[in-house]
Amino acid sequence: MKLARDTWLVFQRQVLLMWRTPIWIVVGITQPVFYLLLFAPLLKQVLKPMGASTYAEAYQIYVPGLLAVLCIFGGLYTGFSLLGELKAGIIERSRVTPVSRLALLLGRALRETLGLLVQAVIITLVALPFGLRVEPLSLLLAYVLLALLALMTSAVSYGIALALPNDAAMAPVVNTVAQPIGLLSGVLLPLALAPVWLQKVAEWNPFYWAVEGMRALFSGRPGDSVVWQGLLIVAVLTAAAVSYSARLFSARIR
Amino acid sequence: MIETKGLRKSYPSGKHGRTVVDAVRGIDLDVRAGEIFGFLGPNGAGKTTTLRMLATLIRPDGGAALVAGADLLTDPAGVRRRIGYVAQGGGTADAVTGREELVMQARMYGSRKAEALRQAADAVAAFELAEFADRHCSTYSGGQRRRVDIALGVIHSPKVLFLDEPTVGLDPASRGQVWAEIERLRTGGMTVVVTTHYLDEADALCDRVAIVDHGQVVVEGTPEALKREISGDVVLLGLAAGEAGPAADALRGQRSLHRLEPGEDGLRLYLDDGAAAVPQLLSVLNGAGIVPGTVQLQRPSLDDVFLARTGRSIEQS
Repeated sequence: MKLARDTWLVFQRQVLLMWRTPIWIVVGITQPVFYLLLFAPLLKQVLKPMGASTYAEAYQIYVPGLLAVLCIFGGLYTGFSLLGELKAGIIERSRVTPVSRLALLLGRALRETLGLLVQAVIITLVALPFGLRVEPLSLLLAYVLLALLALMTSAVSYGIALALPNDAAMAPVVNTVAQPIGLLSGVLLPLALAPVWLQKVAEWNPFYWAVEGMRALFSGRPGDSVVWQGLLIVAVLTAAAVSYSARLFSARIR
Repeated sequence: MIETKGLRKSYPSGKHGRTVVDAVRGIDLDVRAGEIFGFLGPNGAGKTTTLRMLATLIRPDGGAALVAGADLLTDPAGVRRRIGYVAQGGGTADAVTGREELVMQARMYGSRKAEALRQAADAVAAFELAEFADRHCSTYSGGQRRRVDIALGVIHSPKVLFLDEPTVGLDPASRGQVWAEIERLRTGGMTVVVTTHYLDEADALCDRVAIVDHGQVVVEGTPEALKREISGDVVLLGLAAGEAGPAADALRGQRSLHRLEPGEDGLRLYLDDGAAAVPQLLSVLNGAGIVPGTVQLQRPSLDDVFLARTGRSIEQS
């Protein structure tokens, strides 16, 4: 009960702060739309071997990957905003109060999740005129998966921000984590196009399963086993990431 | 109000964290209810680490402490409810107003929304923040920000308030204002613990002072009592280069002289009755062919106490 109340409190404050920094909203919306409008036209040709002969089919493969990459990368980069709050003493001020430590993390990660989901909805809407079609129920399930992804990567990113000894290390560490995750989950191009050895490596990447689950949902196969597998893997990892970072929020002394 | 026994904290340091720095090496304290208690010491003496331990921000490696009746190690949540803490750098966000921060702070301490609004309004009135409370914190001057920081620290009416270097970087007028706020809180019955490396702050503000160096309490008492230990007066002799040695030799053995330390541009002499001793000292120096450029007579300061105990000056370390 106290956790829910405190999380809501931190979440509200974080939404207010985001609302008062409109530049983030503008950047957050234009970026994915650019990806959709400027990159997608290349796809029809590239995705032919996957059996995509129309724009609609190409978008069915591309959009779920784009949404996943949005949530994975968006989440991983959110730790940078925590660095600012750490420097300003806001985290320390909160930690002296009896406010729940887990709420300090969850309120922030959920703000990030909300922002990323709004962007995902915008991308979905913009893709509709290009012929993207997806079942409402499948779409809802896909958003659940995306929300978990965003929550997990945000928690990981906060964990990195709290665990690193200095701010300058944040960018290289996040990039080093994000790059192989992105490439090995086939977010932009499906790994079905990759050589066998690369596919074998990718199967060890949990995000690969998430992206495959997203694609199944967008192709009208919600019953495909990769959907529940992806959801389960991401849910377990989210729980682990949140509990790890929450511990840092209560113990870390920066 | 605060009792500590052998409070310790060390940090890993060095290239691979192999060596250990003892930041605080066993601190025993007894802070009484309703007093302003000061930790005075040079930067790096362990003042902030001690304060952060008492405020539950870092866990001590050893020792025990009772803060406002709650055990620091077994009941940190109980300590948190009873204390307020203001970090040296404060802790306000730029894009919100002081009043919004006060409401948020009250709510983090568990108040409902209506109650939090009332607490914030009370704080705005008590700390005279009305003029700027509804502007964004990014527009505040250093002094305004500091007053909001302190108001945030006491929004829940704690029994004990911890202030880390409360007046660093403030102009003299804002400094005076912060001192006045701290004294007002004490008058209201709050126990206030401050760290400072300003001698005048410890002297003017604090009822009792613990002088800290290398993670240990060197000496503790009221500023007056500490200074009284340094007998009598201090006489500063301004001497030309190379004269300090011969002058010291000439003066040694003078009956009124307790101690003699090399100063910045000459000698520091500790005497019983400085005003009466100066003519005698000057005639002794004249006998040795030395004429001081300047002679100053001072009451001993807390820095003299620190110097007498550690052989160093706070202002130089």
